Amino acid sequence: MADAKLFTRGKAQELRDELRGANDKRDKGFLRKKTALKKIVANMTMGNDMSPLFPDVVQCMQIQVLEIKKMVYLYLVNYGRLRPEEVTSAIGGFLSDCADRNPLIRGLAIRTMSSIPLPPIVKALIDPLRHALQDQDPYVRKTAAIAVAKLYASEPGRKVVEREGFVGMLRDLLADHNPTVVANCVAALVEISERGDDIVLKLNGNVAGKLVAALGECSEWGQIYILDSLLSFVPQTHLEAEQLAERISVRLQHANSAVVLTTIKVVLYLMNYMEDEVLMRVLERKMGPPLVTLLSSGSEVQYVGLRNILLIIQRRPAILQNEVKVFFCKYNDPIYVKLAKLEIMYRLTREENVSEVLAELKEYASEVDVDFVRKAVRSIGRLAIKISSSSDQCIQTLLNLMSTKISYVVQEAIVVIKDIFRRYPNQYESIIATLCENLNVLDEPEAKSAMIWILGQYSDRIENSDELLEDFAFTFKEEPAEVQLALLTAVVKLFIRRPTAAQELLPKVLKLATEEAENPDLRDRGFMYWRLLTSNPTAARDIVLSDKPVISTETDRMDKGMLDQLLLQTGTLGSIYHKNPNTFIRTAKARYLPDSPALNSSSKRHLITPSGVSSTSIRSPPSLPARPISSIPTDTESPISPNGGSSDPYGQLSDLEFVNGGGAGYQTDIPRPRGADEDLLF
Amino acid sequence: MISAFFIFNQKGEVLISRLFRQDLKRSISDVFRIQVISNPDVRSPIITLGSTSFFHVRINNVYVVGVTKCNASAALVFEFLYRFITISRSYFSKLDEESVKNNFVLIYELLDEIIDFGFPQNSEIDTLKMYITTESIKSEMAVREDSSKITIQATGATSWRRSDVKYRKNEAFVDVIETVNLLMSKEGAVLRADVDGQILMRAYLSGTPECKFGLNDKLVLQKRGNEGTKSDDAVELDDCQFHQCVRLGKFDSDRSISFIPPDGEFELMRYRSTSNINLPFRLQTHVTEPSKSRVEYTIHLKANFDSKLNANNVVLRIPTPLNTTGVQAKVGVGKAKYVPGENMIVWKIPRLQGAQECTLTAEADLAATTHRQAWSRPPIQVDFSVVMFTASGLLVRFLKVFEKSGYQSVKWVRYLSKANGSYQIRF
Repeated sequence: MADAKLFTRGKAQELRDELRGANDKRDKGFLRKKTALKKIVANMTMGNDMSPLFPDVVQCMQIQVLEIKKMVYLYLVNYGRLRPEEVTSAIGGFLSDCADRNPLIRGLAIRTMSSIPLPPIVKALIDPLRHALQDQDPYVRKTAAIAVAKLYASEPGRKVVEREGFVGMLRDLLADHNPTVVANCVAALVEISERGDDIVLKLNGNVAGKLVAALGECSEWGQIYILDSLLSFVPQTHLEAEQLAERISVRLQHANSAVVLTTIKVVLYLMNYMEDEVLMRVLERKMGPPLVTLLSSGSEVQYVGLRNILLIIQRRPAILQNEVKVFFCKYNDPIYVKLAKLEIMYRLTREENVSEVLAELKEYASEVDVDFVRKAVRSIGRLAIKISSSSDQCIQTLLNLMSTKISYVVQEAIVVIKDIFRRYPNQYESIIATLCENLNVLDEPEAKSAMIWILGQYSDRIENSDELLEDFAFTFKEEPAEVQLALLTAVVKLFIRRPTAAQELLPKVLKLATEEAENPDLRDRGFMYWRLLTSNPTAARDIVLSDKPVISTETDRMDKGMLDQLLLQTGTLGSIYHKNPNTFIRTAKARYLPDSPALNSSSKRHLITPSGVSSTSIRSPPSLPARPISSIPTDTESPISPNGGSSDPYGQLSDLEFVNGGGAGYQTDIPRPRGADEDLLF
Repeated sequence: MISAFFIFNQKGEVLISRLFRQDLKRSISDVFRIQVISNPDVRSPIITLGSTSFFHVRINNVYVVGVTKCNASAALVFEFLYRFITISRSYFSKLDEESVKNNFVLIYELLDEIIDFGFPQNSEIDTLKMYITTESIKSEMAVREDSSKITIQATGATSWRRSDVKYRKNEAFVDVIETVNLLMSKEGAVLRADVDGQILMRAYLSGTPECKFGLNDKLVLQKRGNEGTKSDDAVELDDCQFHQCVRLGKFDSDRSISFIPPDGEFELMRYRSTSNINLPFRLQTHVTEPSKSRVEYTIHLKANFDSKLNANNVVLRIPTPLNTTGVQAKVGVGKAKYVPGENMIVWKIPRLQGAQECTLTAEADLAATTHRQAWSRPPIQVDFSVVMFTASGLLVRFLKVFEKSGYQSVKWVRYLSKANGSYQIRF
């Protein structure tokens, strides 16, 4: 078939003439009609408005040629909505097709009618749909099940569905003997319950068991719908959860990655209701290999898999704990795969494998993609903090990389070295001289602030720290607030340590901060230092040079309760962005781990319910800055994270969100939905 | 679920547009064109704007796109897009702009059948081909006459196979195809070596055959306890995944692979193996930069498999610095050529016998640059295919076919190990 020649733009008028002209007896097998209709479909595809041809196309409905019928139906689905007055003319044809003796035609008619949610069509569909739900042919029933969900999505349809009791009929169809019908019913019910306010899908153990029994005979898509619905089953006993998880875990061997991820979602969900530690270990072991296998799939699925793995290993670290090597980046991996792998590599690194991982990261730091290189460098610094025995190695690697003199590598290295200084005071100050050689390449605020912090903190050891700080102060007014704040604090430190060195600089900076700055934070901080230094110099010393809290990575993970909640989204968009869907999708409902007598104590402790967090747990705020950029150079705010939930600046690095836009251009590669507040007006 | 499906060409023109839900308009396609097709730096296959998410897969010169307005299963959307591509290939061999334009009516027909209201439905090619064909007359006949057979097939428990298949000669071909992944460090240490295996089957068997399939694997899949020792040549598989037709419950209980195959070609299983990988090629590299204007290469390749076997289409891609002006290369076997567009020396060896060794020596001349960053030295890639060799050591032990008529069947097995960009050696 070379239909490409039909794929050309035409005028509606010409196509109408062609369609009408084809109306003579000589048009054998309606070939000319077909050609005309194909041209119309092509133009419809190209966005050329074909709706003026409505009456003529509806005319073709009477022709009993399947190919023509399908094209006409496609046309009606596309333009029916725009022509509410004329669409009634098609109803007769629809109804006769709904009663056709051929099940494929009956299915086609039901499918098409339910896709045109206009009151007259919906009204005409009521009776045929009721019959279709009880049709003797499974193909018609499975189509009708989806048709109910379709109706429910539109305003006129929703009323009809409620009035006619179609949801009840769907529920009855769950007992159908045909697996495809059951699967589509489940899909329709889940969809309806997600849309409706008053319809909630709840499965009891009995129904859930029956659905699982149907899994083996379902198409792969049907398996996904059924597995997905199992989240509507709340186990009441540990045993219920354990048995169900064991039964569905065989699906982990399925070739379709969506079946695998949905199975993992349900198993992880059920694990909240289990107590048998041995079984839980077995399940964890079973989930590891299929997760790794996702990496042999197409890059898109790999990406979905990686983002999910990152969540899963935070909640269940036993899964994949020995697998760091499979996450090493291939040179030709797409960038989104590489970035996602890097995060996982960091998390899976331990004392035993840190050398290997460092060698890899160093290799990555010579690649071409700037963001990837930066994150590789940053990961080296994070590893130094995570694994203290590796800090020497990490510092050495960072110094090696700095010798390349590539601006963004150097700046990134300085940022992480500052944190290493904080983590291991009095160990690596000998390298300060090397850092100071690179002052001239610094042009990013984050790197500048980091360097300024180092200069202030070690102002007594760096001989010319006063001169260097003065150089920075020269452009004080032009700097972003982040750098200004850092500079202010650093100069105060210099003054306290070496009063004479800062005799001129301090008043100048204080004056700039308090009198010329527009930023209230800067002004306030300026005044605070000023008063502190004039009223009580001793107190000033104690406060400004106080011991800083140690950075550690003990609380390296997202809050467990949040993870449990996010893991209910395994495989979905929510799992890509690590966000609850209701926060970025207008129509999405929040999903919570339901409480039940079987909920195990560990999950209960962190349980997040619709009314908030259970009393026993303190939840860290969901968007805690990954890197408390503003808090480090300021020293006056003592704990790193305000609620004490996590004392680790890298703790929330799960998605490397550098909240106040620290690194230039960083935001681009953190996967996240854009413009969640307003919706697209299309 | 999926609200809309599009195919775009590289210019961003819509080739196929199908809306499944009323929550979108066709003009949403403009957003995709602006955000993805006209954007030179797309860093994710998923883009979410407001509540609308675009999932795209690029293939040849088209974009296949699914759009959702809800918290859809990302895995499902991509699997569906992949499946659409597979079905298209099966119907018109290649999915590209030309074939889409040539078959747009057929594509709409297929879409109507494989997805309803954004929920993927039956996508088994064998069943679809019963009533959706490139010859409309044939489809017409099938639908009119065999409708109930089709509907039972499309919704039944063995939706992948018709019951009335007949062959005069019953044959089954099994292809074990292994893709070897290697990442070797500069120092020659193996950073990762593993195999992604695929077992393809072409079944030309009559009736409804019951098949049983056995490999020389010791399935280490989370066995509880040890099930006694097995023979030494047993291969460890880290994981395996099966076609829809394989009874997973049975595999879970006794590790046997039993199934009723689809008619014709299909992928029976996929597996991964990471232990005791036989690397078919060894590479020794000596690359130096004696001056700022020259790089010298000595690359020594050894075929590390039985001398009775042969490797075909061996291609080495050896990166050169970006400022390379020319390369002189000498090889004993095959041909080596500098490809300036890719910054590589491409060394092609059509056929290489097992245990054979060969060497390339080359000199790359570099243009003088004022400021030169260190050359990042991307890894050397080796592509190859070696017939009758499995890098994992996997062998097919048996394939048994039972059919109620009791016919005899002939079975053939082939092995192939290959690499296509996945065999990388740093230097």
